[in-house]
Amino acid sequence: MTCTEFLAQLDELIDGAVTTEMRADLRDHLRGCEHCEVTLNTTRKTIEIYRSHEIYELPASLRERLHAAIMERCKRGC
Amino acid sequence: MATIQSLAGENEQHPDVALVERVRGGDVSAYDELVRKYERQVFRIAQHITQNREDAEDVMQDAFLKAYEKLEQFQGNSKFYTWLVRIAVNESLMRLRKRRTGKMVSIDEDVETEEGTVPRDLADWTPNPEQNYTQSELAEILRKTIQGLPHGFRVVFVLRDVEGLSTEETAETLGLSVPAVKSRLLRARLQLRERLSRYFRRKKGGEK
Repeated sequence: MTCTEFLAQLDELIDGAVTTEMRADLRDHLRGCEHCEVTLNTTRKTIEIYRSHEIYELPASLRERLHAAIMERCKRGC
Repeated sequence: MATIQSLAGENEQHPDVALVERVRGGDVSAYDELVRKYERQVFRIAQHITQNREDAEDVMQDAFLKAYEKLEQFQGNSKFYTWLVRIAVNESLMRLRKRRTGKMVSIDEDVETEEGTVPRDLADWTPNPEQNYTQSELAEILRKTIQGLPHGFRVVFVLRDVEGLSTEETAETLGLSVPAVKSRLLRARLQLRERLSRYFRRKKGGEK
């Protein structure tokens, strides 16, 4: 397996959507390719870091204000 | 009300279905629950697309009001959340068009860029680059990095990886094909990885 072939399967590997056979091939490639191992690890970490950190927080005061405005309009039938 | 809830339980429906039914029956407090459940997500998506705080606030209000108005049209064959996200994405794009008058804003245009398709920065900055930054520093890095992505990549990444929609739901929401979502997701992930490497590898090497 080449690095390009590995990259083509990267998303499926990360999302757990590869067949057992393919997974074994990908593991074989990783054993001999440090570059792809780093790419896999850092891509996984990239996703995890975006998933676990709130970068656009909705402050409680704003949330309450918007929420009240929405519900007020809904009660009046929009 | 109790009947609807117990029926929902027996059929193992998504809890939102029961809430939607209650709203349809005139119970506004059930809509209050739905708004509370999803307002953060809708705000986040709107902020990611419009990249403007005021627009995101307006989108959040408009999306929930529109969903309320259109609730009769909600079929129940998709999740309420996915349906709501679709409304929020459309409202966000409309807002963006207003702001950039004359400039087309579309998520289905193909994004012509090869950036990030071949990983170049191969420093290993895992496992914990976060520990070198304060929360606000890290948030700033993450914001800057994702804002630099092409629009059509950013939306796919946000829906799929941040908000947890499936590939099919993301495709349906954005009116894209499944292969188009897959291709954009891979490129978005690789570009973000590459861009984050610029920050994290420096810090790992001890440079301030």
